[in-house]
This record gives sequence, structure tokens and C-alpha cells, in this order.
Amino acid sequence: MSKRIDVSDLDVYYGDFLAVEGVTMTIEARSITALIGPSGCGKSTFLRTLNRMHEVIPGARVEGKAVMDGVDLYGKHVDPVEVRRQIGMVFQRPNPFPTMSIADNVLAGVKLNNRRLPRSEQEEIVERALTGANLWNEVKDRLNRPGSSLSGGQQQRLCIARAIAVRPQVLLMDEPCSALDPISTLAIEDLMNELKDDYTIVIVTHNMQQAARVSDRTGFFNIAGTGKPGRLIEIDDTSVMFSSPSQKATEDYISGRFG
Amino acid sequence: MAAVAGSETIRRGRAPGRVGNAIFRGVSSSAGITIVVLLGLVAAFLVYRAVPALLATREELADVGFMRGQSLLGYVAPLAFGTVLSSVIALVVAVPLSIGIALFISHYAPRRLAQGLGYLVDLLAAIPSVIFGLWGLQFLQPLVGPLFQWLSDHMGWFPPFSGYVGPAKNIMTAGLVLAVMILPIITATIREVFLQTPRLHEEASLALGATRWEMIRQAVLPFGRSGIISAAMLGMGRALGETMAVLMVLAPGFAMNLYVLRPGQHQSIAANIANQFPEAGALGADVLIATGLFLFLLTFAVNLAARWVINRRAEFSGAN
Repeated sequence: MSKRIDVSDLDVYYGDFLAVEGVTMTIEARSITALIGPSGCGKSTFLRTLNRMHEVIPGARVEGKAVMDGVDLYGKHVDPVEVRRQIGMVFQRPNPFPTMSIADNVLAGVKLNNRRLPRSEQEEIVERALTGANLWNEVKDRLNRPGSSLSGGQQQRLCIARAIAVRPQVLLMDEPCSALDPISTLAIEDLMNELKDDYTIVIVTHNMQQAARVSDRTGFFNIAGTGKPGRLIEIDDTSVMFSSPSQKATEDYISGRFG
Repeated sequence: MAAVAGSETIRRGRAPGRVGNAIFRGVSSSAGITIVVLLGLVAAFLVYRAVPALLATREELADVGFMRGQSLLGYVAPLAFGTVLSSVIALVVAVPLSIGIALFISHYAPRRLAQGLGYLVDLLAAIPSVIFGLWGLQFLQPLVGPLFQWLSDHMGWFPPFSGYVGPAKNIMTAGLVLAVMILPIITATIREVFLQTPRLHEEASLALGATRWEMIRQAVLPFGRSGIISAAMLGMGRALGETMAVLMVLAPGFAMNLYVLRPGQHQSIAANIANQFPEAGALGADVLIATGLFLFLLTFAVNLAARWVINRRAEFSGAN
């Protein structure tokens, strides 16, 4: 598991509007890459292009390349459904399926690939994924309760369990802690540290401390003004980015002068 | 802040919005009470007029020509059976079709086509039932006749399909006309429910690598389940009470069987009331109203059952 992604010269359009321009970066395997930047700078938009979730929005399209394992994710014969099975995603707000039990939520993705799974195997996957998401001990006695019966932080970890149950190569996290309290946030951050042994993780965060705490590399996105496209200003090791970034804008943002 | 005169201290007396609040509460409460009172009045009327029929002796009932010597219950039972049978046929046809149309409108069709189609379906609801009756009589009946004949010939080993006799004035045709009639209300309701599916849940499913159809089964349909049931109940309510179309399409009978392709087997309560009322005497009218009371109770029971089904899985409904 876990692969790197090479993004080169990527533009994202909504219809005619250029939202993100000329992103080139390497997302390293088995590491956490954080994307930071002010609101509207295109970091979430960019993140969603990595598993082609941007295509959910009518008129959204991409130019450029994102290559994983020698395959261009936007290649002509690449099915977005296939891409998403390899590159999982966790959203800003916890979104377990309310109509499913905790166990069924974990199995939701697995069942898409493999309808008839023996019961024992199902139980094994549920336990593995929930353990992997640091949730097993809290929910093992109520796997048949609705997913919506959990607290916000637990729901988010359930969503992470759901994403890793299918053993993806990459895990994309779109501000996964922004709707959570500090304790739950800490739980997710600890979890991310464990997960990076097995997965390539890309996280978008508004919280610079979070980026500094959890990530190995940090990319800074910025926008020149309203209506202008977002750009990747620079990307480097997190320690470098937070101590001696090469760009003035990065330093200004990190030191809290704007954003 | 301090620029607003008098805002520094808490004023005495009622806050400005209080009056509007009180008025609105009054209006909405009285609207709520009105519906209960109306329903109560209808029920009271039905009971009041049904009592003579309920208390009548066998001898008295024997004078009512159209009852042909049966007891009240014996008279109502086949009518109730026919009513339910025609509605069930209508639901079996209309609900899957409605779900399909609603899904197409909400999740598949390009926006402009979806809008046009939505209007078209809503338009169906505006057609008076007598027109549907005429349509069933003049258009649908000749059309389905050969089909029913084929069914009867080739699948006659399945008893309900056996013994078709033309023209198709049977309960199946009536059910099909009802299906078309209840299609708009069911489709419109389900469409609204499907459109309410939280985007978050749809994206959760897609991000797991679901195809559109898998996403619909994973996120949209389970979320819409209670709405689908409610929509079906709305449709069933209309089908149970539909009078004109059934009256025009169906050759009536008083049997209780599942021979859906034979004419002269079934009749619905509402159509029967319309059919007999003009010639009914005093007690005859009461008997018919008693059957109406029975229809009222039947509809009520169906709705209760639907509520129960919905509430049974309320925890998993997504409403919490």
C-alpha cells in the first residue's frame, strides 16, 4: 500500500473560471503532506482533484497531470470510480451514513467491491478498520447501533475507518478536524501519525499549528486577489516551511500577518 | 451601539416582536385545530348516518334491494376487498415507476430536461378523474386487452391470470388507471425527498468509489425510505377513495378472489356508493354511508400501519 503522486502543471477550471493554476508538487509515500493557505486559495479544490471528486460539480475540469504508480489519474481510459477506490477521502464534516449501523458504515466501501463477503471476513474487516481508526474499544459493544449515535469526533474516526477499510493507497483529508473539539482533534492527529506508516496522507487544514504538528511536508497556497486563480506558492519540509520559508508570502502567512 | 437611543437599558413592557409572535401562534394553532375539527365532523357524520344501518335487523336490511339479503358485514367485505385489491395493483405498478421517474429527475437527467419532466408529471395531477375514466375506457382498455389475453393464454397456470374475458373491464385495468392517477403525487413527493439527500452523504459514497447507481443505493434510497413510504401512502389514500375512474372502467361484482383479469368480480367501496346512491332508499343510503365509514377506517388503518413502519427504524432514518 501507499504510493506517491506526482502532480505536474495542474490547472483546475470551473467552467471558464480558472480556480487553481499551475500546481506542481510531489506527494511522498508514507508521509503526511499538509496544504495550508487562506480561505478560497484553492487548496480544497486541489485536494478534490486528486481523487477526481471535483467532477461531482458540473463544469469542473482539470488540465495537467497527476501520476500515481505510472498512471495518469486523468488519463483517457481511467475510470474515476477506480481512482476513488485507490484514493480515499475524509471530509470536513463527519458524514457516516445515517441509515447504516456502525459496522455497515465500515463495510460500505468494501461491499462495493465485493458483494458477497463471508460473515467472518466482514467481522475481521470491521475490527481491523475500527482498530486502525482508534475507535474499536469505544464501539465494539454497539456495532449495530446507528453511526449517527456517536459523538462528532467518533463519527469522524468512523469515517476514517470506512475509508481505510478498503485499503486505499492514499488518504485525502479535507479539514478533518474543523468541526471537532480539541480533544477529538488530538485523537485524529494521533491517528494520522499512526496511519502514515501505511498510507500516503494529504491533509488540508486551516490550522497552522496542526500542519506543524502532524505533517512532514507543507505546501502553501495563496491567491493574488478575488477572481484570480489560487497557486501553490511553495512546498517544502514542514520544519523548513515553519522556520525559514523561501517566499515572503509564506512567511507572512505563517507568522500571522494575514489570512 | 450607544447611538441608538434608549438601547442602553432593558426596556419595560413587551419586546416589539411579541404581538406578531402571538398572532402567528394563534393562526397556526387554529389551522391545526381546524383540521382536527373537520376530520371529527366528517367522522361524526359518517357514524351518525351509519348507526341506523349498523343497528338494523336482518329483516330490515333484506328490504334494501342492492344488498340481496346479505348482512352489513357480508356486504362490505367484498367491497373492501375490491378496494384494497385495486389500490394494491395501483401501488405495485406506480411506486417502482415513480421511484424511477423521481431518480431520473433528481439524479440522472440534465437539469433542463428534469425541470420539463417535473412539470409534465405535475400536470398529470391536474387532470380530472373523469377524464382518466374516459381514457381508461376508450384508450387503455383496447390497448391492454390483447396483452391480458396473452397473459391468460401463456401464464394461465398462475391462477390470478386465468380466465380473461374481454373487454378488459376487470380490476387489473382499473388498477392500471389508478396507477396512472396516483403517479404524479407519488413521483412529486419522492422527487422532493431525493433532492433533499444531503450532499455530504452522496459525496461520502462517491469518495468510496461508488458508481452513480451504487451511490443511489447507498445514500439516496435509504435516506428516502420513509419519504417513499409516505408518498406511497398519499397515493394509496387517493387510490382507495377514487370513485369516478373505477366506476367507469370496472364491470362490478361482489366476489372475493384474485382473478384480476376477469370482469364482474370486484367492486370498490367508493365506486359502489356512487353507483347505488341515486336509487337507494333511506336505509339503503345509510348502508352506503356505513360502507363509507368503513373506507374511512380502512384508510386510517393503512396510514397508521405506514407510520409504524417508518417509526420502527426511526433511529436509522438520518433525521437525528
